[in-house]
Amino acid sequence: MLKESDRIFTNLYGTDDWRLKGALRRGDWDKTKELLSKGPEWITQEVITSGLRGRGGAGFPTGKKWSFISKEDESLPRYLIINADESEPGTCKDRDILRYEPHKLIEGALLAGFAIGAHVGYIYIRGEFYQEAEHLTAAVAEAYKAGFLGKSAVGSGWHFDLYIHRGAGAYICGEETALLESLEGRKGMPRLKPPFPAVVGLYGCPTIINNVETLAVVPTILRRKGSWFANIGTPDNTGTKIFCLSGHVNKPCNVEESLGIPMKELIEKHGGGVRGGWDNLLAVIPGGSSVPLLPKEICETVLMDFTSLAQVKSGLGTAGVIVMDKSTDVVRAIARLSKFYMHESCGQCTPCREGTGWMWRMLMRLVEGEGTSEDIDQLEEVTHQVEGHTICALGDAAAWPVQGLIRHFRPELERRLRKE
Amino acid sequence: MTKELEKQKIDPTEPFAFSPENEAKIPEILKRYPDDRQASAILPLFYLAQRQCGGWLPPSAIEKVTELLGMPVIRGYEVATFYTLFNLKPVGTYHVQVCGTTPCMLRGSEALLAACKRHLKIECGETTKNGMFTLNEVECLSACVNAPIVQINDTYYEDLTEESLIKLLEGLVAC
Repeated sequence: MLKESDRIFTNLYGTDDWRLKGALRRGDWDKTKELLSKGPEWITQEVITSGLRGRGGAGFPTGKKWSFISKEDESLPRYLIINADESEPGTCKDRDILRYEPHKLIEGALLAGFAIGAHVGYIYIRGEFYQEAEHLTAAVAEAYKAGFLGKSAVGSGWHFDLYIHRGAGAYICGEETALLESLEGRKGMPRLKPPFPAVVGLYGCPTIINNVETLAVVPTILRRKGSWFANIGTPDNTGTKIFCLSGHVNKPCNVEESLGIPMKELIEKHGGGVRGGWDNLLAVIPGGSSVPLLPKEICETVLMDFTSLAQVKSGLGTAGVIVMDKSTDVVRAIARLSKFYMHESCGQCTPCREGTGWMWRMLMRLVEGEGTSEDIDQLEEVTHQVEGHTICALGDAAAWPVQGLIRHFRPELERRLRKE
Repeated sequence: MTKELEKQKIDPTEPFAFSPENEAKIPEILKRYPDDRQASAILPLFYLAQRQCGGWLPPSAIEKVTELLGMPVIRGYEVATFYTLFNLKPVGTYHVQVCGTTPCMLRGSEALLAACKRHLKIECGETTKNGMFTLNEVECLSACVNAPIVQINDTYYEDLTEESLIKLLEGLVAC
């Protein structure tokens, strides 16, 4: 279990003042100028040493990402974008950072902006988060007023401006290139990569896009050193992570824990256990709706980190843990996710636009007991037609939960076929 | 404030103009983006227009915003139709949006939606006759640890039960 002294988000539950005064009391903005004075290389190196991996789902090493920023054309401005378009079903960690720890994010943005050489940052926050955007706007205004942002941020001489941009209800805009399109005033349709945003990003300029949680932990990492962070968790899966426990647990909550905590411990200690006891567990989606679900046998022993979950053909994703007890109609639960992807597909690539609808309709046939024995195989085939055949990962994300369902619950699907 | 806006009838055939208060906010919004990249301001300006129109975005407002930003009108329509938060027809004073995605579904959102339909006597996408409520099922609102969630206008209502939701709806009628 995470030691109390290693906790980064000390106001995750909003029990303390979220405004600047409270943030200063909790140690935010402490000697930020000193950190900046060590230079961008030092900052990037500390983040590399910490082993921090992106908290938005893909888990790409953050320091490495920063080091990719193109420095070829010095005349081009560089941009930092903070991805606060949190919309992955099962995930609500960024919301609490935005509401209760906004200054951690703002300070992290300044440090990251300085490290990559950006003078402007945009926080792209999902449109539904109206109250959260209000908190954030107030916090940014406080930071400007205190001289922490602007012409000479924290008196460092580095000019850094931070703006808030509200999205408007599109899951796809959490995909980094769709976000860029949206921010440029277009439909949120992902771009082909390469070129990667670090080379050609916002307005054609080098851009780094990081998740809220990723940047919010950066100031603490720099203050306590990368090696401190690297000592928490398991190798390749370092540091703390906010897990979101939802569904059939007795106490749904967000909780910061070290990566690599056993799933069972996480659910029992922090979520108050599965409704009706551990033996009433049916399955868990461990990392937000995009990753395959895991049946109880695997949940008994699996560790909550990128490597362990990949080994059981699932993933840590955003660490949105959706727990389903035995009362759950698991086919219906996954079918509802398929409906989500159908709704959120941007429509650019045919396999995804058409495939997501196919998957939903075929699953609904199975839900309603109208499926035939060929349907299951055909459904699986459709998932493979979509997976890997689209510009962005939404197609994969739509395919994986269905594949997971077939992998682990085929007997249940067969039981529900139409009785001839 | 919403009630006042509701009374303010929008005639979609009339040209749209920003109110003086909103007009004053526009330069501050445009300033956030580089001078030659003003199209970026389309979402914030649509929000401003939608709020002024009482929760929906009439074609006249879409046209006004594109004109202001020097964009082809079709680009404005593309954006307005792509994003779900822009309502292209009028909505009630209270836009009740029930989250229906799996984490909420596991905690009873289907019963909540059914209760809303019964109580308001409307289906999804419809508005009550008195113009008070519009009902919709929406996708994940990202507040899953407080499921089930209903968003009404700008506010999330969390950990709801059928009873607490009906009480909330009744309370809104009363106020």
